[in-house]
Amino acid sequence: MSSVPAASELEVVPAADPRPTGGRLTVHRLLRSPSALLSASWLAFLVVVAVALPPFVETAANRQDLSLRLLPPFSLDEGFAFVLGADSLGRPELLQLVMGTRSSLLVAVTAVAAAAVVGMALGLVSGYFGGWVDEILMRIADVMHTIPSLLLALAVLYVLQPSVGNLVIVLAVTRVPVYLRTARAEALALRERVFVESSRAVGARDWRIIRTDLAPLVVPTIRTVAMLELASVLLAAAGLSFLGIGLQRPDVDWGMMVADGRAYLASAWWVTVLPGVAIVLTALAANLLSNWLRAAEDPAQAARFVRRPRGGRRAA
Amino acid sequence: MTTLLEVEDLRVEFLTDAGPARPAVNGVDLRLGAGETLALLGESGSGKSVTSRALMGLVDFPGVVRGSIRFDGTELVDAPDRTLRRVRGTGIGMVFQDSLDSLNPVYTVGAQLTEALQVRMGMTRADARSRSVELLEAVGIVDAEQRVDAYPHQFSGGMRQRVCIAMAVALRPRLLIADEPTTALDVTVQAGILRLLRGLTEDTGMAMVFVTHDLAVAKQVAERVMVMFDGRAVEEGSIGNVFAAPSHPYTRRLLSAHPGRARHWRDLTKGEARDDDGEETHRAG
Repeated sequence: MSSVPAASELEVVPAADPRPTGGRLTVHRLLRSPSALLSASWLAFLVVVAVALPPFVETAANRQDLSLRLLPPFSLDEGFAFVLGADSLGRPELLQLVMGTRSSLLVAVTAVAAAAVVGMALGLVSGYFGGWVDEILMRIADVMHTIPSLLLALAVLYVLQPSVGNLVIVLAVTRVPVYLRTARAEALALRERVFVESSRAVGARDWRIIRTDLAPLVVPTIRTVAMLELASVLLAAAGLSFLGIGLQRPDVDWGMMVADGRAYLASAWWVTVLPGVAIVLTALAANLLSNWLRAAEDPAQAARFVRRPRGGRRAA
Repeated sequence: MTTLLEVEDLRVEFLTDAGPARPAVNGVDLRLGAGETLALLGESGSGKSVTSRALMGLVDFPGVVRGSIRFDGTELVDAPDRTLRRVRGTGIGMVFQDSLDSLNPVYTVGAQLTEALQVRMGMTRADARSRSVELLEAVGIVDAEQRVDAYPHQFSGGMRQRVCIAMAVALRPRLLIADEPTTALDVTVQAGILRLLRGLTEDTGMAMVFVTHDLAVAKQVAERVMVMFDGRAVEEGSIGNVFAAPSHPYTRRLLSAHPGRARHWRDLTKGEARDDDGEETHRAG
């Protein structure tokens, strides 16, 4: 093909650029945002706690000692395990919280991940193919939206055995429509783009187009939504456990701990307040981090992370 | 010359809930030999883009295609998906007008080129990659060895269109459909792209259907021209003859249309394009 002429356009060769890109840019932006950094640290701390500690403290956490029932917190007289006091059966509050961290995170993360994967897959199919597939999936999503998810979860868990597995399934199924709608909306817009037509023009199958052309462009949105959902699923799981149809003893999560302390709210506030604080902080951290993630991944919002020179007002 | 593409009585309609709209393509016949280049010339809305899309089987519901499109003996109208997929890419390649949106922004251009080569040509990853570099060199990308790992946004519009052309010819199609590939580009870049396409057809013996509204562009790339108006082919012939002695009134008006003489487009109504200044036909020769 020697007769083909070289580009007549001016070649622009980008100079070596010292500015961070990709993963390093994300870290850079995380360091620039105090609220996001705090949130990420808190969530990372919880993950470490939930993964590393339970095997060592499980027996101690469930050991009951009635002589220590409703022991007030902030004293080291009974050892470090009782620094946050004890509950109504004399179990150490700190270790119960550690065990609760594992269950709460496990349930929330698993439910969110399952709902996100299933919802995104169905949404892409629905949006890309359209037609009757789309109609059926969207009508199902509509119906699910009209049923309060907590009510559905209540009914299902009442009929089935309340267990970690069922809890995760119920929470995941009720949240699928959120991702389904989001992914569908994006797929509807993306399928009209020229690069999708261009893929069809080289003979790509529909499944390949969904997998390689659409999915990577939808993932960032789904990830942001999932982060937001983490907070609400965490609260929903806590709510179900509070109502007594979530986890069952000897498993423990934060919602159950709140429920346990309700009877002693006037005399022993810490039994209720401490797990409550854990729930609030974690939900807040997930929300803040989700908000930051959305901005950090959007080039149009990059200005939020630029520091104003000479002590002026700083954005975000 | 063997016939590569044979279109008979092609009609494309878009259904609406208020009944069928006016047909976008209304009985077009077309014949193209191997290695031949045909320019589809016409104003906006004349049906030239829909025609080119129909050739690829890319007209989706509510669009309805009737008539016959035979590519190398294979009927493409109402053909099963599998037949269409076999013809797309390896039989007929396509370059789109909007080069800025023709490449997926999340993959490097190399990844997009090699994917097609691996899947459709059964190449190994390494072979596909070196072939991709060759293709980028062939379309005039400087430093192809490095640029193969660049993302679409790191290319200018003209370079992206070159990448798109590389993708379209990667599977060695015997027919290339170029749907206004230079409309979004400025004039100097356009000249380069036209030379490139011309060179590719000459080197590889690939046939080309070149869709354009630009008389000068048509003249640069094609030997034959088909003038479309209101979904019909109003005139067809060698480009020299058509430009020198247009027989259809619409062609005459099209050739004489230049700023300053423009009358309202409503003067051009279906089948009755008036011929009131035919003697001032623009001599494009």
